[in-house]
Amino acid sequence: MQRRDVFKLGAAAAATALPSFAIAQPAQNRVLKMVPQANLTSLDPIWTTANITRNFGHMVFDSLYGMDAQFRPQPQMAAGHSSDDGGRSVTITLRPGLKFHDGEPVRAQDVVPSLQRWMKRNPFGQKLATLTDDILVVDDMRIRFRLKKPFPLLFHALAQVSNSPAFIMPERLAKTDPFQQVREAIGSGPFRFKANEFNSGSLVVYERFADYIPVPSGSPSLTAGPKIAHFDRVEWHIIVDAATASAALQTGEIDWYEQPPPEVQQLLRRNRQVVIEAIDPLPLGSILRVNHLHPPFNNKALRQALLPAISQETFMQAAVGTDPALYNTGVGLFTPGTPLANDAGLAPLMGPRSIDRARALMREAGYTNQTMRLIGPTDILVPAALTQVGADLVRRLGFNADIVLSDWGTTVQRRTSREPVERGGWSMLFTSFSSFDFADPAAHFPLRGNGTNAWFGWPDIPKLEELRDAWFDAPDLAAQQAIARDMQTVAMDELPYIPLGSYKSMTALRANLTGRVPGLALYWGIRRG
Amino acid sequence: MLAYIVRRVLATIPVMAFVALFVFSLLYVAPGDPAAVIAGDQATPADVERIRASLGLDRPFLIRFGEWVWRILQGDLGVSIFTNLPVATMIQQRIEPTLSLMIITLILAVSVAIPMGVIAAWKQGTVIDRTVMGFAVLGFSVPVFVVGYVLAYIFALELDWVPVQGYTPIKQGFWPWFQNLILPAIALGTVYIALIARITRATMLEVLQQDYIRTARAKGAGQRNILFLHALKNAAVPIVTVIGIGIALLIGGAVVTESVFAIPGLGRLTVDAILRRDYPVIQGVVLLFSFVYVLVNLMIDLLYTILDPRIRY
Repeated sequence: MQRRDVFKLGAAAAATALPSFAIAQPAQNRVLKMVPQANLTSLDPIWTTANITRNFGHMVFDSLYGMDAQFRPQPQMAAGHSSDDGGRSVTITLRPGLKFHDGEPVRAQDVVPSLQRWMKRNPFGQKLATLTDDILVVDDMRIRFRLKKPFPLLFHALAQVSNSPAFIMPERLAKTDPFQQVREAIGSGPFRFKANEFNSGSLVVYERFADYIPVPSGSPSLTAGPKIAHFDRVEWHIIVDAATASAALQTGEIDWYEQPPPEVQQLLRRNRQVVIEAIDPLPLGSILRVNHLHPPFNNKALRQALLPAISQETFMQAAVGTDPALYNTGVGLFTPGTPLANDAGLAPLMGPRSIDRARALMREAGYTNQTMRLIGPTDILVPAALTQVGADLVRRLGFNADIVLSDWGTTVQRRTSREPVERGGWSMLFTSFSSFDFADPAAHFPLRGNGTNAWFGWPDIPKLEELRDAWFDAPDLAAQQAIARDMQTVAMDELPYIPLGSYKSMTALRANLTGRVPGLALYWGIRRG
Repeated sequence: MLAYIVRRVLATIPVMAFVALFVFSLLYVAPGDPAAVIAGDQATPADVERIRASLGLDRPFLIRFGEWVWRILQGDLGVSIFTNLPVATMIQQRIEPTLSLMIITLILAVSVAIPMGVIAAWKQGTVIDRTVMGFAVLGFSVPVFVVGYVLAYIFALELDWVPVQGYTPIKQGFWPWFQNLILPAIALGTVYIALIARITRATMLEVLQQDYIRTARAKGAGQRNILFLHALKNAAVPIVTVIGIGIALLIGGAVVTESVFAIPGLGRLTVDAILRRDYPVIQGVVLLFSFVYVLVNLMIDLLYTILDPRIRY
């Protein structure tokens, strides 16, 4: 064999190798590997309000209307709608050709039970139910709402982004008791859930749904617009350890780490292959909730006495670090940057903070060293940080405080107790909510004032409920904004909770990913550049 | 012997029954509520109550326990409250990674620790002995997760020799499977190597003082024969005992190791289930671990008869 023969063999080998490389490279590029914020356990986004199941829902299911980044509902599965009878009859028509992942067509017969199930669990849906006489199947492609009175926010309700959105399921699944979990995850969304590869706590796999028909026009904006999947396969790798997840992102074993904690973000910023950005341009809200049923915080004056000592900046820095770009202070009831955000009634939270002033007000309020119990988690990042600051605060204020820190599972159980402190109840807790939850009064749980039916803490503030009802009937945005100001004024006086500021949740991606749709971990639009 | 094995297997029944009752009672009185976790942060108390009722968690202890035991007797471990998957399926999904990790760790630990212990005893008081014992102290002192992070930083992040995390099933090839497990096995095995090496050294030192060793030396037996044929065989019973006890250590350590290296094993499943209060999964996994532990003890007892013919049951 001559030397030139060796070269020829080498060239031939290279020629045969090249095409296979060219094929292998795009195949690798069509898989997106990401570490989600939590483990996926439940597959029913109506049954549970867990954010991870909501994100799962946005991949697998679709809704009649999507919400754009300006909080305007846009048709998604719907082709459009028409109104009759002065707005009391609303007919929604489905887009043609929509299919579920089992190959069955999406029909009005699927939509009606899906909405009925959702209306039993979602607060906006529950409100809609009180205004609805009936939802009818007109034909395979059309449903009709027969309303008791015109409801301008109908499409806002149907387009809800968070907290059990109005996802459409096949009729056989949609007829499941809303307090029982559906047995399958069959939707009509842009990704199909691969049940045979599901390993809860380790791996969740989705594949692009080839029969999905995106909205024909517009551009992706939150959950509205065309949902075009650029990856054939999306894998959620559940990695609970932040150091391991960040190392995997740096080596390229994963493409996207949804919620790196602040200390890991600092490390990742040094890597040029990784980009850190806010997952949602709008910030999350943090709150201090007190129990209104029992002493000491059934005393309105004592709740107000806390205000001079509350430093939103301190709470936010504990949550996300000292970079002011990552948090907002001077925050009221509604998410900063949304139409209803305002500054009414916020004066007591502004200006210099004073522990001494708070102590004096506590004495004036008649605080006589009653025991108060602060409960909080140690294993959920932001609530744990808020709780630590809160625990320090109540000690410095001189409360006779019993600080009970536990895992999240125990905290969420303890907060359901309506008993007084001496029988295992609680007085104070700290937590946070997504930007969507605080965007308006519809899904704003801590703002409810409906007593024992309210969110944990059970404030009884009828005026807040009246204003909430008025908000649903408000004819336009200006009227809604005026009501929102009134609600904030009442709330900052009665204090169903104390706002602690808002913060941005950061996400980390490989720098070669582009086109991510801001708002949530959404998987359409995003592609490898 | 057969009668002994049958007796021991039958003896596991009351042990398992006690474990079942203990675990069920413990979870019943422990704080936490899966209904509250399922309902989520935004749920109202009424929602939580309805979910609790739909899961049957509002029923009396004895009824719930009776139903669970009845299902166990029929070979049914129940269904996860959260995933709706059968507990047996979830365990089946997770058993291979944990078993793989434990086997590699065991092989690694035994093959490294026993020679280390033997050599340390042979070279008692020398630098080699002190080095081995120094390693043993270090192995006991440094937590598994610290060893794991250091190994991952050096060999995965800096040198890029092995993946940082994850698990590849063995059916996809030995090398990918081994690559994913070698760092976790070293991390988990460090404490185990330390334990076995110390016990081996101590036992060997005792055995090496025996008359029959002196006799073997007098007969001109080689050092290797004396150490590994005469001495080690007679020191084997306590070493095997420690290896058996160490399997409990491995089960505990696997929880941490699986978290650090994101291995989808039974340890992670247990922790996740505990944090969520997924009672059927916790009960199923604890029963399995108890059964394995009882089985390991039985195997060790049987091994005694092979290693020491004087032991008879």
